[in-house]
Amino acid sequence: MAEQAQKTYEAQMHLIQREMMAKYFDELTRLSEGESGYPVHMLVSGNPVELIRAFDMVPVYPEVNALQIAVKKQALPFIQKAEELGYSIDNCAYVKADIGCFFEGRKAPFGTIPLPSLILCNYVGCNVYLQWFEHLAEYTGAPVFNLDVPFLRTDSEEPSAEDITYVVKQLEELIEVCERLTGKSLDHKKLERIVALSGETGELWSKVKELTQRQPSPFDAYFDSVTLMAPLYCLRGTEECVQFFEVAYKELLEKADAGAGPLPEERFRFVIEGPPPWPYLRIFREMFSKWGAVAVASTYSTVGGLWEFGFRHDSAHPLESIARHMLQWNLTNRSLLHRYQQIRRYVEDWSADALIIHSVKSCRLFSAGQGDMREYFTKELGVPTLLIESDLEDPRYFSEAQMRNRIDAFFESLEHKRIIARAAGS
Amino acid sequence: MLYGAGVDVGSTQTKAIILDERREIVGRSLIDTGAYVSQAAERAFQEAVEDAGLRREDIGYVVGTGYGRFKVTFGDAQITEISCHARGANLIFPGTRTVIDMGGQDAKGIKIGESGDVKDFVMNDKCAAGTGRFLANSAEALGLSLDAIGPLSLKGTSPVRLSTVCAVFVESDIMSYMAQGKKVEDILAGVHSAIASRTVALVRRVGIEAEVTFTGGVSRNLGMVKALEEKLQLPVNVSFESHYMGAIGAALLALERAEAGEGGEALVGDVINVVPRS
Repeated sequence: MAEQAQKTYEAQMHLIQREMMAKYFDELTRLSEGESGYPVHMLVSGNPVELIRAFDMVPVYPEVNALQIAVKKQALPFIQKAEELGYSIDNCAYVKADIGCFFEGRKAPFGTIPLPSLILCNYVGCNVYLQWFEHLAEYTGAPVFNLDVPFLRTDSEEPSAEDITYVVKQLEELIEVCERLTGKSLDHKKLERIVALSGETGELWSKVKELTQRQPSPFDAYFDSVTLMAPLYCLRGTEECVQFFEVAYKELLEKADAGAGPLPEERFRFVIEGPPPWPYLRIFREMFSKWGAVAVASTYSTVGGLWEFGFRHDSAHPLESIARHMLQWNLTNRSLLHRYQQIRRYVEDWSADALIIHSVKSCRLFSAGQGDMREYFTKELGVPTLLIESDLEDPRYFSEAQMRNRIDAFFESLEHKRIIARAAGS
Repeated sequence: MLYGAGVDVGSTQTKAIILDERREIVGRSLIDTGAYVSQAAERAFQEAVEDAGLRREDIGYVVGTGYGRFKVTFGDAQITEISCHARGANLIFPGTRTVIDMGGQDAKGIKIGESGDVKDFVMNDKCAAGTGRFLANSAEALGLSLDAIGPLSLKGTSPVRLSTVCAVFVESDIMSYMAQGKKVEDILAGVHSAIASRTVALVRRVGIEAEVTFTGGVSRNLGMVKALEEKLQLPVNVSFESHYMGAIGAALLALERAEAGEGGEALVGDVINVVPRS
């Protein structure tokens, strides 16, 4: 039965996802070939994509393009191209892959990236992004609009009323920019409908995430979440995105009810922090699978939004809820201490045995503080924690032998602890 | 009599140890790893068996460890050197709570429990400063043998301060001090002090608790033992066996498995190889 459920799950959910994503990238290619439309370059974390869709503009995500290039093992020539142009070896590798691709004709393995009509820098969490998008503006001549989103800096995790007003005012300015660019006025009803669709998507995604609290977890909340994150980010606010999540939830629920998981046996449950090493995704996954280890929660799956703690886009207050999403409900705009508590909640409510931190060599901004994070979890909470490092994009930073050694040693020690505990109990 | 064998294939040297049921070392070997890793593992194992006056079929179980552990193709299991150094240190110095392992390319700190169980560990990442390679490069820059630099460093009276702790750029730093007419002993004292500082800072991340046991190839270097003790403000356990500690731990794990027989506990990762379904 479990096998049967698994097959249905793979066939439908993955099939729909592949079709949707291919359609999305085909649209980008058509725009690059001269089809009329308004491509808007924007960032994944805390973006106002609902507003962009209300103008029928098309979101283009340089981060998603960069990671797709890395997954297809095409990143290095683009990174080297950017380095030839003067970008430093320590520079964010997403930036370099995107810039390199730009200067090599914008041809990615999955489609051609269109030139932007608007460069929308929703500056959340990463100050390098400001420079990245300013460089793109310089190279393309497209107008740039910077959204200044203050960091979430209160202990209560609530943004102040002033912060919300500050972001809403900027969204109103952005509406004027979009109106001028497209020659259309904002259709408020349409915006409300799109915001409602994002709300429904958030609800379904949140229910999907709760399923990994089951034992065994029906899917891997890190490696398999990638399948759900692509439509969530690229197609949020559309009918088809909601339909996809309805199918995904139904299939994953069936899988959970059947007691099926991604591995024949779930021996360890872990929470993982940090993005995956995209160029070596399969090898990296195998290093955990070998030990029967399944990710039950991941912070990375919240970079584009954090829904599992209750946030929903609200069509009754479209701009305010978009502002809240940007300020409060995405991983990178939260303080490191909020991130600790997010992980702690995962460890407790998702019954995890361990925490894995994958640190990103070319992103010091995201990785800074992970040493303290490790210390907090090992010393204060007694959660076994492993800190490993490579890169999300640059294959040169991935040392398979070093990585394997650390992961094997970590699980050996967890296994040894169980043997000791069993011996003490018998 | 049951015997367990451990073969530790390191980046620079391969060590093999045979333990008998009394947990006594009855055979050992040490060879350079070189380019042909499988052959080095095979030869080290064969030499240790001969050293023990045994035949291969007398060995009940073989555990491979170190970077080349997957090349110990004749072995029954592969276990990381982190687990092996922990068990080895626990066997030789039972009071050990912290292991500092310095090998050819790795520096590690391992926090262990009473039974030699790994509680936490840290390792250097993508940088050979603080490893044997750093010492080897320093020795080469000074035209000295690796064995000579430790004792010579102990004669230094005013150690130089190295502006870099990079294993590659240390050579240009040394050249510059030579050009300034600094004494070789003082340069070497500076080199040892720099590595010790870096390693101690690394190991502090897991928390340093006495007793501290020093393992790995670099533990043969007396200058490094002294430099570590100074930085730690603690005595450091070190013996002739320190260099073999990974192989000793591997042999101990092998012996335990040989004793447990078919029904014995095995670590899952080395016996199953699960492929994800999706």
